[in-house]
Amino acid sequence: MVVTEDQLKALKEKARKIRVDILKMLTDCGSGHTGGSLSSADIATALYFYKMKYDAKKPDWKGRDHFILSKGHAAPLLYTVLAHAGFIEQAELCTLRKLGSRLQGHPDSKYLPGVEISTGSLGQGLSVANGIALGHKLDKTTNRVYVLLGDGELQEGQIWEAAMTAAHYKLDNLCALVDNNGLQIDGPVAKVMGVEPITDKWRAFGWEVIDVDGHDMAKLTTALDSAETVKGKPTMVVCRTIKGKGSKVFEGKVEFHGTTPSKEECETALKELAQETMCK
Amino acid sequence: MATRDAYGDALVILGKKRNDVVVLDADLSGSTKTGKFAKAYPERFFNVGIAEQDMIGTAAGLSIAGKLPFASTFAVFATGRAWEQVRQSVCYPNLNVKIVASHAGITVGEDGGSHQSVEDIALMRVLPHMTVIVPADGPETLQAIEAVAEHKGPCYVRVGRNKVPTLFGEDYKFKIGKAHVFSAGKDAAIIATGLMVAEALKARDILKSDGIDAGVINMSTIKPIDADAIIAAAKHCGAIVTAEEHSIIGGLGGAVAEVLAESAPVPLVRIGVKDTFGTSGDQEGLLKHYGMSANDISSAVKEVVRKKK
Repeated sequence: MVVTEDQLKALKEKARKIRVDILKMLTDCGSGHTGGSLSSADIATALYFYKMKYDAKKPDWKGRDHFILSKGHAAPLLYTVLAHAGFIEQAELCTLRKLGSRLQGHPDSKYLPGVEISTGSLGQGLSVANGIALGHKLDKTTNRVYVLLGDGELQEGQIWEAAMTAAHYKLDNLCALVDNNGLQIDGPVAKVMGVEPITDKWRAFGWEVIDVDGHDMAKLTTALDSAETVKGKPTMVVCRTIKGKGSKVFEGKVEFHGTTPSKEECETALKELAQETMCK
Repeated sequence: MATRDAYGDALVILGKKRNDVVVLDADLSGSTKTGKFAKAYPERFFNVGIAEQDMIGTAAGLSIAGKLPFASTFAVFATGRAWEQVRQSVCYPNLNVKIVASHAGITVGEDGGSHQSVEDIALMRVLPHMTVIVPADGPETLQAIEAVAEHKGPCYVRVGRNKVPTLFGEDYKFKIGKAHVFSAGKDAAIIATGLMVAEALKARDILKSDGIDAGVINMSTIKPIDADAIIAAAKHCGAIVTAEEHSIIGGLGGAVAEVLAESAPVPLVRIGVKDTFGTSGDQEGLLKHYGMSANDISSAVKEVVRKKK
């Protein structure tokens, strides 16, 4: 499978729209995680609108590929993607974090179809992804499992337990991606608790590793295609990203990890995002 | 027969009956007896190494893939080391994962306090969606494992290392949430769980010679607790003693106290580990050391009967 120019154009436009919707919902809600939702937007777009098999009308469809948002605080991104993919109505996005909403502060699989498992406590998604991948291996089915991790999340010990398990059981139906935006809530990852060299670490743990610009749709889609061809081991796609990607208001700013834009900041950002398409 | 041995046998039976059953262990399959399943169905057994947190998450994933996972290790690790994984990845999403932990309580013995889990019932009982079961003997363990396999949702089953007397015959029917009344008694009722049920039955015999008629109730399901049985016993006898191989805080004693305080206040004495850690020793010595032997239970009954007056 090779991505076409038309597909790339459509994917970029989809990612732009997703960023716009993330900003609108976060500004409206007044709480939530802006930076990490924006940095992962291209990754999630490539997964949901290029690579993954699913049926939005039948979220439990047995033939589906699975996606786990291990960095559960990027819930606004997941909800926006689920709306664009048709799992939920666009209108529901404005219920984010409100009492009685299915759009909990962190994804909750009890309420929201399309969410494979509740996340929010970091470090747990890779183990769950391994379990799903093991189940499909047992059934000899071809479903694939995708899991998105944060780079700060790599500080959790359970990640490395799971890294061993995935390699030990040769889970080549598993593809993990790390949103390497370099920032966590207390500051730069390198300063809080360094995780580099990320690629060497995963290679040493027995994984196939692909290192890409996490905002380059051509490279992301190619990486996802090539992960499918890897046999006998899991694949880690290290996505080099910019926290808050999409607007100068947020880019590289740690203070937007867990806070939302003001109305004015949102307006500025939306203008930038609109220009992005007009220029290209 | 030790309840862990019955667990291993139950898994093999279940594995034959259902091919969706998968078993996980964290390098203790010889001790937890999941090794019996591993031998019978190697392709459905997953050893994750010494990584309990990963084991719980992997079990959660297997359940999403449509499997019925049983995850086992020692009680102290399954419920302590991996508590937050049980909370976030199993109970919060309400997944169909069965955690069966062995070597619970002080009767692990010689390994000492680091390995003696006296907090696990409390840790699991506090979690929403979780069912907590402590079988008293081999036959009850067999039935409990069958029952949790049929029950949809997270379950914790606590089994022990050492041999326990067989209390139940073929006519016994285990039901989740239902206590078994050995005898109603008259002066006080002993509500016991796990291997303390056998101790409670011994205490009943000791008390008989002193002219005290103590009832004995096996409370194998700690959550949901059989409140009706507790209230009935309180009303019938007017005094309750609880007996568990666990801290008196948060376990069976705590659960019974909650029911009594709200619905049928009567004098209560709790037998168990009294807010302390374990220590090395043999089973008999440890039960005496922590005031949990049949003699201690009978003294507790006498004490609670005095409190009635």
